[in-house]
Amino acid sequence: MIAIIDTGTANLSTIERVTGGKITSNQYDIERAEKIIFPGVGSFTYVLETINPVRDTLIDRIRSGIPYLGICLGLEILFDSSEEGPGKGFGIIPGRVRKFSGVKTTHMGWNQVRNIIDLPIMQGIPDNSFFYFMHSYYVPDTGYRAMETDYMGYFTSGIAYENIYGIQFHPEKSGDTGIRLLKNFGVLS
Amino acid sequence: MLAKRIIAALDIAGGRVVKGVNFQNIQDSGDPVDLAKRYVSEGMDEIVFLDIMATADRRKILSDLVKRVASEISIPFTVGGGLSDLDDMVSIIRNGADKIFINTYAVKHPEVIGKISDRIGSANTVIAIDAMYSNGKYRVCINGGSIDTGMDAIEWGKTVASLGAGELLVTSINTDGTMSGFDINLIRDMVENVDIPVIASGGAGGPGDFLGAFNAGADGALAASIFHRGIYSAVDIKKYLREHGINVRL
Repeated sequence: MIAIIDTGTANLSTIERVTGGKITSNQYDIERAEKIIFPGVGSFTYVLETINPVRDTLIDRIRSGIPYLGICLGLEILFDSSEEGPGKGFGIIPGRVRKFSGVKTTHMGWNQVRNIIDLPIMQGIPDNSFFYFMHSYYVPDTGYRAMETDYMGYFTSGIAYENIYGIQFHPEKSGDTGIRLLKNFGVLS
Repeated sequence: MLAKRIIAALDIAGGRVVKGVNFQNIQDSGDPVDLAKRYVSEGMDEIVFLDIMATADRRKILSDLVKRVASEISIPFTVGGGLSDLDDMVSIIRNGADKIFINTYAVKHPEVIGKISDRIGSANTVIAIDAMYSNGKYRVCINGGSIDTGMDAIEWGKTVASLGAGELLVTSINTDGTMSGFDINLIRDMVENVDIPVIASGGAGGPGDFLGAFNAGADGALAASIFHRGIYSAVDIKKYLREHGINVRL
């Protein structure tokens, strides 16, 4: 079973439909999940508060090596902390999430993703494909950068660490290209 | 590089797409989901749904519509029109919209902008500004453009950006419906004064108008009738833009 973590704000119907996962915030489900998708929308602090009851379970499961796909805030919470607000990130990847500066602070719209590493989740998707972004914060480059995107200079738009994938863009909003990525994750083993 | 966005607007009443001029002679012109799907297949980057009629059962009709759209299309969409309740906004996002926009309510209660953006995220909080040029400045109008508040539209844009808005949807009342081009001065003024994305709206008649809006600095440009009537598709506009050096998703 793929657990799609419910943070109470994001719409998860596309992800549910494409991956066949189960939308849940239930400890029992997370403990038994074979894969986890964490599609965060909202703020760093809000999301961490919302999932606090299952926080330790989530961290245990992610560290256990099952495939994890963090989308947007689901990527950011893997880090230690964020400039967006208080809250202790999962600390699985070191570093602090930063706010864009010197550019429009909401990086919103379709932008291209350049693959640095060939990842299974990007199989069949041409390099430099467009994905939909909507965020004001970005994760630091602390050695796990797998994808990058040019927004007045390249930032980390995707990370990979063992079975942990984190992407800053929204595959569920990126048309057919995004659906392909979700399907790829769905068939990962 | 971030692509410039082509955005289609759909006027909705009672869960159906409607056409009408100045809220008069409103005609049913189809199912919003069918039209949205057509737009997606034609390369649209985003869709905005404007609910133009407040009816008693509107909350349910709107939430059903949002769910249907979300389950059928996989590009971003924004919902607005008469929203004034934070729980309604959360529920629209929850049901699958990416962004909500507010207009009159933001003018009357600017203090809610911060609350909304804290709850659903700044990037998901769009403020729509209807601006009318008169007596040497752009003035903010509310209630569907019928009331001139006298407020300076550019100053208002700066204010809402500082309060937590993630994007501005800026409509010129002067050019809206004319199909003679966007209000370039308004767009340029706004873009130069805020550091959040600005969507140009009102006046699109053809590809050259989009080029004008993007050259003025707009991040996205919105149109309704040229797409609805099938005069141009998003791909038509984008091909023209690419030929003229604008980065688009094609």
